[in-house]
Amino acid sequence: MSEYLFLVPLFPFIGFLINGLLLGRLPRSIIAFIACASVGLSFILSLFLFFGLKAMPPDLRIVEQVLFNWIIAGSFHANIGFMLDPLSAVMIMVVSGVGFLIHIYSIGYMRGDTGYGRYFAYLNLFMFSMLTLVLADNFLFMFVGWEGVGLCSYLLIGFWFEKKSASDAGKKAFITNRIGDFGFLLGMFIIFWQVGSLNFTEVMASAPQVFISGGMLITVTCLLLFFGATGKSAQIPLYVWLPDAMEGPTPVSALIHAATMVTAGVYMIVRTNVLYMMAPDALMVVAIIGAVTAFYAATIGLAQNDIKRVLAYSTISQLGYMFLACGVAAFSAGIFHLMTHAFFKALLFMCAGSVIHAMSGQQDMRYMGGLKKYLPITFLSMLMATFAISGIPGFSGFFSKDEILWKSFSSPFGNSLLWAVGFITAGITAFYMFRLIYLTFYGKERMDEKTKAHIHESPKSMTVPLIILAILSVIGGWVGLPHLFGFTNNFEHWLEPVMKNANQMIAAHRVNEAVGETGMEWGLMIATVTLVLISIYFAYLIYNKRTELATSLRERFSSVHKLILNKYYIDEFYGAIVIRPLIYFSLFLWKVIDVAVIDGFINGMASSYDDMSGTLRTIQTGRVRTYATIFLSGVVILIAYMVFG
Amino acid sequence: MISISSYIIVAAVLFGIGTLGVMISRNIIILFMSLELMLNAANLAIIAFSRELGVTDGHVFVFLVLTVAAAEAAVGLAMVITLFRNKETLNIDRFNLMKW
Repeated sequence: MSEYLFLVPLFPFIGFLINGLLLGRLPRSIIAFIACASVGLSFILSLFLFFGLKAMPPDLRIVEQVLFNWIIAGSFHANIGFMLDPLSAVMIMVVSGVGFLIHIYSIGYMRGDTGYGRYFAYLNLFMFSMLTLVLADNFLFMFVGWEGVGLCSYLLIGFWFEKKSASDAGKKAFITNRIGDFGFLLGMFIIFWQVGSLNFTEVMASAPQVFISGGMLITVTCLLLFFGATGKSAQIPLYVWLPDAMEGPTPVSALIHAATMVTAGVYMIVRTNVLYMMAPDALMVVAIIGAVTAFYAATIGLAQNDIKRVLAYSTISQLGYMFLACGVAAFSAGIFHLMTHAFFKALLFMCAGSVIHAMSGQQDMRYMGGLKKYLPITFLSMLMATFAISGIPGFSGFFSKDEILWKSFSSPFGNSLLWAVGFITAGITAFYMFRLIYLTFYGKERMDEKTKAHIHESPKSMTVPLIILAILSVIGGWVGLPHLFGFTNNFEHWLEPVMKNANQMIAAHRVNEAVGETGMEWGLMIATVTLVLISIYFAYLIYNKRTELATSLRERFSSVHKLILNKYYIDEFYGAIVIRPLIYFSLFLWKVIDVAVIDGFINGMASSYDDMSGTLRTIQTGRVRTYATIFLSGVVILIAYMVFG
Repeated sequence: MISISSYIIVAAVLFGIGTLGVMISRNIIILFMSLELMLNAANLAIIAFSRELGVTDGHVFVFLVLTVAAAEAAVGLAMVITLFRNKETLNIDRFNLMKW
């Protein structure tokens, strides 16, 4: 089985080479076939690998393959190597499965576009990078995939590069990512400096001996790694690129900014959970930032009018939940939510794309309405996804989100304040998602006649993936049915070998826990569901039944509304605090240091030589008598020296 | 007999006059004449020493020097004639094309 690991990222890479090198000059059907088939093959292979892994006894479920020794420099070794364990098995299935569905969806969505071949080439390159990221067996190779997905994000966000806002958004994404990567690199340096290797198994095995648990060094390392994760996974402070990234095509938003790339940060933290368990302060920071980001982004999503912006802020908010889970050492809950989120968020984006497609490019929800009867499949799928994200019992999102909320309350690393933030955010989430549903699919039809004439349900290539993901959004949570209901949590058991350390420490803390937990768990779950239902009722009230309430509420709280509509003016804040000083500093370096100092120095030296030679050349008088005089005086001096000296 | 120092002093004075003539004269022909004067002063010095030491090596050497001086004068005057044909002047200061 280990011989096949490298094929999983290889298939999309070959697809990228074919589509990319031939500059998309093949006929469209062949381009699409190559792209989708390569990802499809990866998905089938990842299914095989999963079942192969399942057949092995739980303690031995690690399969490694080293392709070749990439860097051997003194004591530093880094390989092109792959590692398959329960965690990466889950990741490759999610990534390649959802990726495959989105590739199929893109066939319909990008049909009329001139950059068809380029699009699929970039998409395949992204799949290659993401699969490399999750399958890598050492930090450096993972970083290769990490940077690769950042690059593809830039390429795909700025896909319609003639539009200035799109190319600006691409630049913003890449630069913000790079700032986070700086933290990641510093973390990697510290790990290598202390442990002497970057291989995951070696680092996780020797970390307890090398680092002092709870000490400064390990805390700093974990915080630096987390800083990298905030860049990739759009948390505070580096989330600002994700809303702008909606400039890219909607399938790109679905794949990269919902299901896969943004989850890389979460994966990285779960992969290094051994390190984080040794630094409880870093865990607390992760949990706090996750919870605050979840709440913060949800409040911004409340007021947005662009359908994709709402979903973008929703993604940031749900990622906050995943980091909250990691921060309270509920790593498997975080991955569980990652998986269900991939299903329903990709579905939400794809449905939004279907709506935008039907509305001839209109993205503003204020000009939609009443689309239920025109787009039945889209409506139904989107409703399923909205039920999932709101946490309606039975749907996938309910199980994962509820597990996170319970763990944030009950874990020795969590507290009730974190739970409260998550709890309120769940209510806000349900509210803005149903606001989206009501504004888009119900109510008065607010679009103009020309657009209305063109409304059509999307072609099969787009609706079939929607249906598949809708089914997954409903049943996807059933792999992690909680103990509370009397089931065994299969998902958590599957990931247990990866979280051995974490579970031991939690179990150690737990001996002092009181009994009566079960009652608390039921109580919190019922409270959450009640809040969600109340929020849905309010959304129904304001946006469907009595729509004049929306306008009157907006006017009454106009200053608050303006604040959240403008995203708390953070972009302007960053512009003033970070970007302007940097630009001034660059101008200073250019005008003063480069032009005045360095060029001035060189030019000054040249002109001083010029002056010197101007003085010296007056020796050449051109008169023979002068030359003769000098000649004779030289002879005299020589003779005098010989006679007297 | 006349002591050798008289010959040497005469040779030195002649040499000095020749040097001054080279440095000061504006006319090329005078410059050449001064140059010949310097050469002959050196000849005189060589003969004086040769007579003092009683050998004839110096006399032979002076013959050679005189011959070379004559040849050099011939070539030099040929060059002067060419220069004069180009510039119509014998003022050496006028030939300053190599000035900076």
